[in-house]
Amino acid sequence: MVMLIGIPRETLPGEKRVATVPEIVEKLVKLGFKVAIESGAGEAANFSDDAYRAVGAEIIAGAPQLWAASDIVFKVAVPTSAEVNMMREGGTLIGFVWPAQNPELMQQLAAKKATVLAIDCLPRQLSRAQKMDALTSQASVAGYRAVIEAANVFGRYFNGQITAAGKVPPAKVFIAGAGVAGLAAIGTAAGLGAIVRANDTRAEVADQVKSLGGEFVKVNYEEEGSGGGGYAKVMSEGFLQAQRDMYAQQAREVDIIITTALIPGKPAPRLITAEMVQSMKPGSVIVDMAAERGGNCELTEPGKAVVKHGVTIVGYTDLNSRLARQSSTLYGTNLFRLAEELCKTKDGIINVNMEDDAIRGLTVVKNGEVTWPAPALKMPAPAAKPAVASKAPAAAHGHGSGAPMSARSLALVFGLGALLFLLIGAYAPAAFLGHFTVFVLACFVGYMVVWNVTPALHTPLMSVTNAISSIIVIGALVQISPSSLFAFDRPDGWIRGLAVVAIALTAVNMFGGFAVTRRMLSMFRK
Amino acid sequence: MSSSLVSVAYIGAIILFILSLGGLSNPESSRRGNLYGMVGMLLAVLATVFGPRVTMDGLPWILGALLVGGSVGLYAARKVQMTQMPELVALMHSMVGLAACLVGFANYIDPTAALNLSSAEKAIHEIEVYLGILIGAVTFSGSLIAFGKLSGKIGGKPLLLPGRHWLNLLGLLIVIVSGYQFLHAETIHMGMLALAVMTVIALLFGIHMVMAIGGADMPVVVSMLNSYSGWAAAATGFMLNNDLLIVTGALVGSSGAILSYIMCRAMNRNFISVIAGGFGTGGGSPAKSGGDAQPEGEVVPISAAETAELLDSAKSVIIVPGYGMAVAQAQHAVNELTQLLREKGVNVRFGIHPVAGRMPGHMNVLLAEAKVPYDIVMEMDEVNADFPDTDVAIVIGANDIVNPAAQEVPGSPIAGMPVLEVWKARTSIVMKRSMASGYAGVENPLFYKENNRMLFGDAKKVIEEVIKSLQH
Repeated sequence: MVMLIGIPRETLPGEKRVATVPEIVEKLVKLGFKVAIESGAGEAANFSDDAYRAVGAEIIAGAPQLWAASDIVFKVAVPTSAEVNMMREGGTLIGFVWPAQNPELMQQLAAKKATVLAIDCLPRQLSRAQKMDALTSQASVAGYRAVIEAANVFGRYFNGQITAAGKVPPAKVFIAGAGVAGLAAIGTAAGLGAIVRANDTRAEVADQVKSLGGEFVKVNYEEEGSGGGGYAKVMSEGFLQAQRDMYAQQAREVDIIITTALIPGKPAPRLITAEMVQSMKPGSVIVDMAAERGGNCELTEPGKAVVKHGVTIVGYTDLNSRLARQSSTLYGTNLFRLAEELCKTKDGIINVNMEDDAIRGLTVVKNGEVTWPAPALKMPAPAAKPAVASKAPAAAHGHGSGAPMSARSLALVFGLGALLFLLIGAYAPAAFLGHFTVFVLACFVGYMVVWNVTPALHTPLMSVTNAISSIIVIGALVQISPSSLFAFDRPDGWIRGLAVVAIALTAVNMFGGFAVTRRMLSMFRK
Repeated sequence: MSSSLVSVAYIGAIILFILSLGGLSNPESSRRGNLYGMVGMLLAVLATVFGPRVTMDGLPWILGALLVGGSVGLYAARKVQMTQMPELVALMHSMVGLAACLVGFANYIDPTAALNLSSAEKAIHEIEVYLGILIGAVTFSGSLIAFGKLSGKIGGKPLLLPGRHWLNLLGLLIVIVSGYQFLHAETIHMGMLALAVMTVIALLFGIHMVMAIGGADMPVVVSMLNSYSGWAAAATGFMLNNDLLIVTGALVGSSGAILSYIMCRAMNRNFISVIAGGFGTGGGSPAKSGGDAQPEGEVVPISAAETAELLDSAKSVIIVPGYGMAVAQAQHAVNELTQLLREKGVNVRFGIHPVAGRMPGHMNVLLAEAKVPYDIVMEMDEVNADFPDTDVAIVIGANDIVNPAAQEVPGSPIAGMPVLEVWKARTSIVMKRSMASGYAGVENPLFYKENNRMLFGDAKKVIEEVIKSLQH
């Protein structure tokens, strides 16, 4: 039986997002599903009922009817207990659930014999899971919006300008926490022309910060702050003191602070104290993206923008709804990717395969049985190690020899060389030794010279050495008609024949080699 | 001309040759370097011809031979296509090898050559003759086979005879035994017999050695033969007591040896294992040993029009060419695409893997022929760090040199080989005729990566389509 995906209108006050958008409906239909939308579900995000209807969705008026008709419900906000009551027995729910914070909800869902996939429980460390990562897509939108909100209340340009009316300095923006939201904020602020600084307890994100045009500000204290699953962990007291000093200094210098610091399962860390706010220039802005979880700033009032000590502190908790169309489209795409994983047969029937690591992690209730939390993923040993090891020889590549030889092989080479020279010295006549000296020295000269040849010219190098090696012609030249004609039985005819052929062959090389090298080199141009 | 004057001229020639190689350190000075080489060669030849060891009787012969050989050489140099450079170079190596053989034989039958030598000196002289002919013969037959393989006249697949290492060992034994007989030969005729046996074995060894080597190992083989032709010249120099030949031979020989070393390192392979032939023959079945983990994900094809769209919105593009570009003769189309993108303000660069193509520097020459400016053609190490900031990486007819398995799959046959990290670009597009695996027979997980797209078809046609879509 083909399953019906239902999209109810979000009931949470201020929630403007919708769990799918018309262009995604089209793709869901291609996967074989039927799709029903509660009338008006997309209105707040500027998607009309007609737009949904046009791509093949059924419009159902009234939430109870929609919930009753749906085999699968896609939602954005955590469902209320009233919504769960409307849910069909044994139905499937996909959306944000936060099982740790909502134990009663989990009980209620289990009682309904429901199957629940909590998009917030996605094992984010699986690379395959990235396309379904709604936390990332939503955080990224929020980070963008945070900068826009800051720009909205900030009384100046972001970029520095020199106008006829005078010089405008660029705004200085400090971003606390370089997670997904922080990085999006860095990119947006840098794109608007501001000078962007950012800090994170995880030192490894410094490169990402730089790649987006930001400057990474270090805390003057050694400690590794990477927790599991891409979040930061709680830090030691010494570190926190150093961090506070750094924040205090940034607060005095910058115009805008955007804070994004969150620690899973804990209230947001207090980073910006009242004194720091006081020390900021009048007209400065703080956007506290952690407002919902208590705020990174002491003076934040969740859901509101307030002015304190001349600083506007924005504590909106609905940044995503303030960009509802974009948030909905990305969220819808995440859910569509999940639907693809659930319905590999493309026949409109989902299969919650608990063997699949990604789906196992997402599933918090299966047929009325609570399966949360999922067992920790057994990740394969990180591939980073061999990659680093293999990079070492690559880095050594270039001019000059690579890593020095090991002591043992070096000793072996020298030993063999010494033995060889000893043998030659003991048995070879003096005339030979003279030539041998020249030969060895020439090898070294060749070695030095050729290492300086740029790799781009390796082909010309080969053709020119080829041409030069036709110097062997001299061997043939001296044989063709030697002056010392006192020879008794010299087979002149034979020797001359061989020599002439040899000269002709080397001439091909000599002329051909130099000519083709010339031709090639003349092609290299800037 | 006195013999002292000749010696001085030779020293001049040596200096000019060294300057010639030194000039190749950058494209600006390289043209002058080539000129130094020509002048040095002219100086050496003139000094010899007008020196005390050549009488005027020989002049007509010399002129005739130079004229014939020279015109053939110039004709070939003018006509050769840049994609055929590897063949031409291989063919030229074979001529040096053959010439070294001929000079060796002529020297042996010339009784004046070993006149006034003590017995120890005579023995050394004969060893030099023997070695000169040996190296010359191996170079000659090996280069001919390499020529055949590179020009497609002989199949590129390695020919692996059963017990081939034993065959080689047997050949070596025969060579040593005939060498012993050669040194103790009573007459020229008996010595000649031993010499002939050795020559045949050397020729066969040369053929066998190159036949066992597959297409993508050709860069190593070509540079190795380059090195051999140098050693052959050096051996001839010892034979003739001529320092100019010794020095020049040593220069060429070490140059070829360094190139072989660079190529081997670029494939993370041992020189011996390349020459011993086949891929991973030491470790049983090579093909699937690293392939237990079937790459995850899907192969996503893309059309030329979509590629054009991607390129249109890109800010920086890196193109990674491989042997496929040479086969499809796509370098001119690539240049056209490059120019078009550069006009739109896109930062276009090329990333060249040291072993891309069939000889060292093959790709650079092809791109130079198509008039791609050389300052946007980068080496692997210069460009590898920039992939994360690159919007689109285009791979044209390359496979193993962009295979992430080299870094990610420790058991893979190509593990540890330095590769171009195209998968770190925001999007990578692979132009390829089919899904066949590369020379090493290793699956390429790149094709299955989420940010990778496959553009199937003949590289030249496909690029021309992309250009067409970009133009409007």
